[in-house]
Amino acid sequence: MSPSSRRELPALVDYALIPLLNLAVAFLIAGLVVLAIGENPLEAVAIMMRGALGYPEGIGFTLYYATDFVFTGLAVAVAFHAGLFNIGAEGQATLGGLGVALVCLTFDGAPWWLVFPFALAASMLFAAGWAFVPAWTQARRGSHIVITTIMFNYLAATLMVWLLVEVMGKPGAMSPETRTFAEATRLPFLRDTLAPFGIDLGQSPLNPMVIVAGLAAVFVWILIWRTRLGFEIRTVGKNPTAAVYAGIDPGQVVIVAMLISGALAGLLAVNEVMGTQHRLLLEFVAGAGFVGIAVALMGRSHPFGVVLAAVLFGILYQGGAELAFDKPKISRDMIVVIQALVILFAGALEHMFRPALIALFDRRRALAGGAA
Amino acid sequence: MTGTSPPPAIQFVGIDKRFGAVHANRDVDLAIEAGTIHGLVGENGAGKSTLMSILYGFYAADRGEILIHGRRADIRSPADAIHAGIGMVHQQFMLVETMSVLENVLLGAEDAFRLAPSETRARAVLERLAADYELAVDPDAIVADLSVGEQQRVEILKTLYRGAEILILDEPTAVLTPAEATHLFRILDRLANEGKTVLLITHKLKEIMAITDRVAVMRAGEIVADFATRETTIERLAEAMVGRRVLLEVDKGPSVPGAVELAVEDLVVTDRRGVRVVDGVGFEVRAGEIVGIAGVAGNGQSELIEAIAGIRAPTRGRIVLHGIDVTGLDPAEIREAGLAHIPEDRHRMGLVLDFTAEENMLLGHQDDPAWARGLLLDGAAIHTAAATAFSDFDIRPNDPGLRAALFSGGNQQKIVVAREVARSPRVLLVGQPTRGVDIGAIEAIHERLIALRDRGHALLLVSAELDEIRSLSDRILAMCQGRITGECRPDASEAEIGLMMAGAAGREVRS
Amino acid sequence: MTDDAGFLVLAAPVLGSGLRLAVPLLFACLAGLWSERSGVVDIGLEGKMLAAAFAAGAAAATWHSPWAGLMAGMAASVALALVHGFASISQRGNQIVSGTAINFLAAGLTVLLGQVWYGQGGRTPQLEAGERFLGLDLDLGIARLLGETSGLGQIWSEAIAGHNILVYGALAAVPITWWILWRTRFGLRLRAVGDNPQAVDTAGVSVAGLRYRAVIVCGVLCGCAGTYLSVAQSAGFVRDMTAGKGFIALAALVFAKWKPFNALAACLLFGLLDAVAIRLQGTPIPGVGTVPVQVFQALPYLLTVVLLAGFIGRSIPPKASGIPYTKDR
Repeated sequence: MSPSSRRELPALVDYALIPLLNLAVAFLIAGLVVLAIGENPLEAVAIMMRGALGYPEGIGFTLYYATDFVFTGLAVAVAFHAGLFNIGAEGQATLGGLGVALVCLTFDGAPWWLVFPFALAASMLFAAGWAFVPAWTQARRGSHIVITTIMFNYLAATLMVWLLVEVMGKPGAMSPETRTFAEATRLPFLRDTLAPFGIDLGQSPLNPMVIVAGLAAVFVWILIWRTRLGFEIRTVGKNPTAAVYAGIDPGQVVIVAMLISGALAGLLAVNEVMGTQHRLLLEFVAGAGFVGIAVALMGRSHPFGVVLAAVLFGILYQGGAELAFDKPKISRDMIVVIQALVILFAGALEHMFRPALIALFDRRRALAGGAA
Repeated sequence: MTGTSPPPAIQFVGIDKRFGAVHANRDVDLAIEAGTIHGLVGENGAGKSTLMSILYGFYAADRGEILIHGRRADIRSPADAIHAGIGMVHQQFMLVETMSVLENVLLGAEDAFRLAPSETRARAVLERLAADYELAVDPDAIVADLSVGEQQRVEILKTLYRGAEILILDEPTAVLTPAEATHLFRILDRLANEGKTVLLITHKLKEIMAITDRVAVMRAGEIVADFATRETTIERLAEAMVGRRVLLEVDKGPSVPGAVELAVEDLVVTDRRGVRVVDGVGFEVRAGEIVGIAGVAGNGQSELIEAIAGIRAPTRGRIVLHGIDVTGLDPAEIREAGLAHIPEDRHRMGLVLDFTAEENMLLGHQDDPAWARGLLLDGAAIHTAAATAFSDFDIRPNDPGLRAALFSGGNQQKIVVAREVARSPRVLLVGQPTRGVDIGAIEAIHERLIALRDRGHALLLVSAELDEIRSLSDRILAMCQGRITGECRPDASEAEIGLMMAGAAGREVRS
Repeated sequence: MTDDAGFLVLAAPVLGSGLRLAVPLLFACLAGLWSERSGVVDIGLEGKMLAAAFAAGAAAATWHSPWAGLMAGMAASVALALVHGFASISQRGNQIVSGTAINFLAAGLTVLLGQVWYGQGGRTPQLEAGERFLGLDLDLGIARLLGETSGLGQIWSEAIAGHNILVYGALAAVPITWWILWRTRFGLRLRAVGDNPQAVDTAGVSVAGLRYRAVIVCGVLCGCAGTYLSVAQSAGFVRDMTAGKGFIALAALVFAKWKPFNALAACLLFGLLDAVAIRLQGTPIPGVGTVPVQVFQALPYLLTVVLLAGFIGRSIPPKASGIPYTKDR
């Protein structure tokens, strides 16, 4: 066991301080970038917070973005628990969209609450199916799931282009997309539901999927920590040898975990296709699969952390839109930079501050011991 | 002119090394003459590997010095050791398997930026070495395709290519067939005749008697004996190795063996390289008895236990658990059939260190309906069971919600024992139950195992600590090189058991 | 004979196009080869290429020279490579996560800086002819020898001669890579460290030193790849212009089983598939009808998955790939 980096720090430091520290550094560097392009970082933060949380419509948008990120974040988190890096959430969510579109187009005109369960099921089924091949090749053939899921992301994109251009597309459309669903078959906007109560969510596409997202987080928490399957997943992720000793088949667990992961990613499609766009179009996932990676890392793969991190990125997205409007120099690509820095510091460099903190705590302990 | 004899090739003077609480080398003094083959024997944990690691520059000694050919050597890294003319053949080969023999020999010892001139020189040198020392290997062969014996020859060639005058070989025959071992000894003989010094670390006493000029015995970090080989016998070596230690007094009544609970018939297990690590083992364990398998680690005991537990698939043979053939079943099914397993390596296999102690109590038993409440795990039941186990076994600190990694070795082991014993298994496999465990916990664990026996369960015990085997077992089987080499009662003399463990008794028990 | 010649005349431009499309893949693939052979997994090839493309486009426009672009491209790529190296080697972090971060960092920073500096929606200014790497006049009179309109003559002028210097640079990089990795001391040690770093450590050679050097070479080659995109193939940087080529290069690397000459073949194959897809767009094939262009686009990815699953022989990466090295005794 390698010495210094594994020495114990108080739990609070390990699970709260270090992640916050990593986050702080990420934002610090982002602030430097903002400074470098000639803007005031503090002012930028103020604009972002106002745009994201300052008024109900902003909050509506923030939560709508967060919904997407909760699904992909949970997907990546579940895979992490099994020791797998699922970079394929983007492609899995895309296939989920196909499932949703097929259901909605087939039952076009039916009331949304009848179609809803089928749409949920279809999105999860199609997305899980897309996750199955990479899962199987990892479990039974040893192929690295990172590469296969990246390949499947591209295959999903290619497939979608072909389907929308050649098969399912609306004839005469300017861009590849299906026809728009009938009004009855769309998810209701919460802005319409809440307007009678005086809450004005403006133009935000917030819809009931935000509740499903919350439920999904609870479901994942119960699954991972309160069920037998969750126990098996965590054992395989932490110690495959002990898993074999315990009579668990690591290959089978890997496949099941990936199927669940894919299904969670697929739920994003219901939010986007049935809830916001009301049709199937290219690139509707818009990078949310990759944000899910940042969210899962930041949230340390715990559903509670994932929800918080997803809301944070929701704030970044909505605030970023507002910021790009106010300060055109800080375009929405700044969010991608922040995302990258979070992944870097919360992921690859997560232990960077440990030696310094251990030294600090050792000195404090020595002083305390010496005084006694 | 006074005839002074040349200084020893290696001289350890007062080498002392601690790892935390473990005193690995205690003030070691040892002289090794040039041109001899000097053996170093001792049980696992005696300190031989540490001493050699210090010589080769992996560690620095806390105190003491090393003299090479009479001159003080400052060895702080393998590069320094190589520079001082020391070469080491490790137990686990340091070879790049996808590369050729030539490339492996050259690695780190190339002369120039371009490989071609180095290769030409190396080929010439290898040819010469092959002729001089019977070290013929095809320079262009890929290492992965070579037999283990040939791979070892590559390791030796590497050291000679770098001009080593002193060769350290760490358990070299552990992975060799008898024929390859004989070949190795011829090579070592020729090296010694050429004036090179060979340091042979092994626990195989027969080999010591066959090949070495002198032999030193280490025990508990000290050199306890240093003989000229022809002036000693295997019996004296065995006694020095095993020594006299304070036996833990275990209150043990006589055993009343009942029906056969575990029967192993002609079991063969082969490893990845095709070596038969368990070579036709057969025995029985009855209810109400503890059968102990004595033997130096690495002779197939681990693989035997893993095969019985279902973790490793046997190549041939049968395993029968109270009448049910469980050969080839997976660990979960074998557990269900009434077998429990305390693994040898609790960190690697017995525990998930990142889980809490409570969660570790589930490991292997997560399918048990007692823990389920509908689709969910019954947190309350698990918590109660854990609390009971903690108080029962006096596990400290008394907090099942603590991460397993934070418990001491002894308490970690108690958690594993508590878990495996909780379901009253009819057969219990126990591997190295007190490795890395403090005295207090050792006592508690031993008592538990005896209590199980008295209640009519069958136990199979594997331990590298002969004392433990002798104090716990009702019957002792000795295992060497994958075979049962003898059976005796626990009150047999240490020498007798030591001989059987070293495979020198000549009485093989097969079935 | 006319049929053959006709086919060659048709095929020549496609071959030439295929070669040109293969170049960025080849540079990136070799870059990945250097890194992974030393044991550092790099899925950040895409990000480094993108950053290099941006830096090259910006520098070429600013200093009016494609060579300035090349220098800047390599510098940007090496900078990101060192970040990845630091995270993977010194900090022993998760190499996949680090590579992912690099990709996003490049994606965001390039457009952000592009917008701030040039205000054209993230692109760099259109490059003039003199600021780019254009096709070289390497005819050497061979075209006339072979007959300008003949099949072979067309092959010569369209597919072999007249490419820009980076194309020939990429082709040269293959034997050079092979020679350094298999015929020199540095290469021997580098390959060893990717397979059994402990063996290298016990031989007294620095594992980290070798890996850092490998990662820097990777950066340099990705720099060439990115520069090619914005300064040779196109006339400036456009957002997301790498369009996944970094991942196709990874696929090609697996396909090539981490060997340089195989990498050349794999990248040429993928480039050719791309060129054929463009050529065949909308054109019906007798007996099959119009093949959707997506089939060709999907082929590299499908082939990689099939290969990884072990259905076309086994593709085994360097043994220590992706595992941070700790001196564990």
